[in-house]
Amino acid sequence: MQVSLAKRLTRAIMDPLDGWLLALLAGVFVLSMIALFSASNQSWAKIDNKLVYTALSLLIMWLLARLSPQTVMHLALPLYVAGVLLLVGVELFGITVNGSTRWLNVGIARIQPSEIMKIALPMMLAWYFQKYETTLNWRHYVVAAVLIVIPGLLILKQPDLGTATLVMGAGFFALFFAGLSWKIIIGGGVAFLASLPVVWNLMHDYQRKRVLTLIDPMEDPLGAGYHIIQSMIAIGSGGVWGKGWLAGSQTHLDYIPERTTDFIFAVYSEEFGLAGNLLLLALYLGIISRCLLITARAPTLYGRLLAGAITLSFFVYVFVNMGMVAGILPVVGVPLPFMSYGGTATVSLAIGLGMLMGIGKLQRR
Amino acid sequence: MKQAARLKDPHTEERQLYWRLLVAYLFMVLMLLLLVARFVWLQVFQYEHFATLAQNNSISLVPVQPNRGLIVDRNGIELARNYASYTLELTPDKIDNLDATIKALGQVVPITPRDLKRFQKFLSESKDFEPVPLRLKMDDVEAARLAANLWRFPGVEVKARLYRDYPYKELTSHVLGYIGRIGPREKDRLAADEKTANYRGATHIGKLGLEAVYEDDLHGQNGFEEIETDSAGRAVRSLRRTAPVHGNTLQLALDIHLQDVADKLFGARRGALVAIDPGSGGVLALLSKPSFDPNLFIDGIDSQSWQSLNSDWQRPLINRAIRGMYPPGSTFKPFMGMAALEAGAITPNEIRPAPGYFTLPGSSHQFRDSNPRGNGSANLAKAIAVSSDTFFYKLAWDMGIDRIHPLLAQFGLGSRTGIDLDGEAVGVLPSKEWKARRFAGTRYRDEHRRWLPADVVSIGIGQGFNTYTPLQMANATAMLANDGKAFHPHLVQKVTDARNGKTRLIEAAPYKQLPFKQQHYDYIKQGMRAVMLPGGTGWRLGQGLQYSMAGKTGTAQVVQIKQGAKYNAGALAEQHRDHSWFIAFAPVEQPKIAVAVIVENAGFGATAAAPIARALFDYYLTGKLPDDIRGQLETFPPSATGKQDASVAR
Repeated sequence: MQVSLAKRLTRAIMDPLDGWLLALLAGVFVLSMIALFSASNQSWAKIDNKLVYTALSLLIMWLLARLSPQTVMHLALPLYVAGVLLLVGVELFGITVNGSTRWLNVGIARIQPSEIMKIALPMMLAWYFQKYETTLNWRHYVVAAVLIVIPGLLILKQPDLGTATLVMGAGFFALFFAGLSWKIIIGGGVAFLASLPVVWNLMHDYQRKRVLTLIDPMEDPLGAGYHIIQSMIAIGSGGVWGKGWLAGSQTHLDYIPERTTDFIFAVYSEEFGLAGNLLLLALYLGIISRCLLITARAPTLYGRLLAGAITLSFFVYVFVNMGMVAGILPVVGVPLPFMSYGGTATVSLAIGLGMLMGIGKLQRR
Repeated sequence: MKQAARLKDPHTEERQLYWRLLVAYLFMVLMLLLLVARFVWLQVFQYEHFATLAQNNSISLVPVQPNRGLIVDRNGIELARNYASYTLELTPDKIDNLDATIKALGQVVPITPRDLKRFQKFLSESKDFEPVPLRLKMDDVEAARLAANLWRFPGVEVKARLYRDYPYKELTSHVLGYIGRIGPREKDRLAADEKTANYRGATHIGKLGLEAVYEDDLHGQNGFEEIETDSAGRAVRSLRRTAPVHGNTLQLALDIHLQDVADKLFGARRGALVAIDPGSGGVLALLSKPSFDPNLFIDGIDSQSWQSLNSDWQRPLINRAIRGMYPPGSTFKPFMGMAALEAGAITPNEIRPAPGYFTLPGSSHQFRDSNPRGNGSANLAKAIAVSSDTFFYKLAWDMGIDRIHPLLAQFGLGSRTGIDLDGEAVGVLPSKEWKARRFAGTRYRDEHRRWLPADVVSIGIGQGFNTYTPLQMANATAMLANDGKAFHPHLVQKVTDARNGKTRLIEAAPYKQLPFKQQHYDYIKQGMRAVMLPGGTGWRLGQGLQYSMAGKTGTAQVVQIKQGAKYNAGALAEQHRDHSWFIAFAPVEQPKIAVAVIVENAGFGATAAAPIARALFDYYLTGKLPDDIRGQLETFPPSATGKQDASVAR
């Protein structure tokens, strides 16, 4: 009696979740705790915090995984409209920090509406394409492009180039899986390259500085190039096997900036070397592979488009963060999924993966 | 399922999706392989290079500090300079037993309890891997003795550093301010302004006075050196070096000789003096007495000195010249007279009675004249010369506050002058709005806020709600002297770029011209000149002048005297005695200097403040010095430039 109750309880809890994804995420979680303990100078307070928000993220993931995607889908339009209105609110009454206006005070707390858009936009597009699935023609792609550009421009205006790129990227991925013509994709790519000089002229000084620093960090080794140089030294000096846990000199002598958040990979890489990097990359590749499999098996167009967009966005986070820390991409504020310390980012990733698990659950029935 | 039935062509669509998923997957794998390639490049092929850079916790990129810019007076005499000396620094991270090390170091060089206390304070403010100074300003012998013993102490270094020095101490503290160690607050501010990079390795920053206001000019630009280190962390060779750009030199309009003479004329008395060149707005002297030694603050003031400065009832830390707010007393009358002429409330040479007291229609309250017998009758010029109170009571009453306020505001009274110092007080040029705002608090009732007819009367003689800083009075006097050309008074007149020797002038031309009539300036000046002539309140001080001088005496009440009572200095505590004011400029025809002097609790303007101005003018215009202060003056060496090499900073 007792045993079967425990069993049933376990099944009730585990049933909505995807076993493979959960195992892979647990692997990343273990590595992230090890890296955080070192990066935070062995701060138990940060470990406690991380445990709390990880538990919260798991709960949210579980709740979303239990819900039917058909139910969640009804939230797409209201969420999108609310997101755009909040972005307009930011434009009008936002709080300005360091020259950019990203936050909105809604009485109880400060929120960053561009974060909501990261999930709201792909949901909106997936819902929209499913609604007109049978009558799909080029006009719908134009409408979809407008749906992408409205929040994109509002976020660009804050200005927040990093988030604008991520949001528009998520929208583009949905379009891509919806069957956007290759001609347009390639033509758009060429047009983008051609427009780079114009973009350069529109950029803010600090953004140009980041790009120039990327090309030659030694241009400004004590200023903008400092972060990149120090994190490259950390990675490079880790060698094949790393310096060992809690033994990274770059980390513990405070050379690495933002070392618990955006640059935590430099800490990990210094202490665990190439071997550690390959292990982490393998876990991420496993997560991405599993997510794409779920995408492929999804029974509805909504499910396929949303799952595909979430998967590619997840990959972009991983690639952009590691590329930045390794000095091949400019420094933009993108956290490394489930590794970087920070509740907001973790919860929003968990929301995405929870919906994806919900989509995955549907096929098994 | 239902949805599946709605699909146009499930097979084509599904195939297209699989194809796209495959493309996306291959793309992602390819990008991850690119990352792997990057890691292999960094961690395998470039391993040696990066391992050397990170080895033994050595710093591979060393910031080279720029030399802080000098501050010189208008003749090139150095008022703030740098000199090289040695510091003993400990890096807590690299030392196993800090206490034992400090004890052992105490056997080599003397370490006082003050050094220890300061060390503990710095230690608490810095991170463990940052070097913290234990001893400062060591001489060559101490540095050499330590160098011979350093092998015994890992984590201990002797460094050559440039120190800031203010050779004239109390004389310049309220002008120059001082630099101090960069604390947590400054660190945050630098980070917010994105200046952290330029302050890497820097220990000090301007905290007060010109040192703070012109920080960006004085600090300069960081240089850096890329250094290869061996396994023990010793520098093997310099790979690349970018020289720092030293700070710019500030040349002041201030004349340190004049400042010194003014200081000695004050002696031990409290007060302030501001002298301005009316032709340029340059501040020739700015004195606030008593003063303090700014050198105490550079490396953290010890608590005993701080206690005695901070609790001193004479408030030596307050810059009275720009922050002290005093009722202007009768020095207000020339400006009031100017306003009356411009408003048409009186015409030049219109003769009016100047009796012993003034009463408002229907009131028995007597506004008394400082001369109880009155001054008979007078025109405006004579009323200024004899300082008739009743004459100005009547003028103010006739004009009303709404006409007085905008005209006097033209002289910059009641607003910041815009001098290049922080913390300037605004003062009060009263108006109806001001009174309503001032008494807006719930503690006050409506009758406190309402403008009463009687309020305007005492304002006419510079009492009542009026309060101004000595700087504002000097600035207004300079405007009057140069017929309405308005400058923002400025201490710095020229900034010399350290890279190319190019100079930048601070406000070379006036920013506005006051809209007043020339004949009115001339008339008021005539009245102020008459102050210094027989019959005027300052006639004694006008004797034996070798140039023409215009002035106005003033006495500012500190406490209210009861109706019918008499002011009796002897019966009042010193802090309650009247302040002695004097404003003046000379020569009248072509003014070269305008001054405002206040001596606190010293009584009549003519007895304390005016003699200081007269002696100062004598010195500035003819070079003559009173015998009693000649022996007390400082000796100023001619400017000694050069002798500063960046290499000592390493």
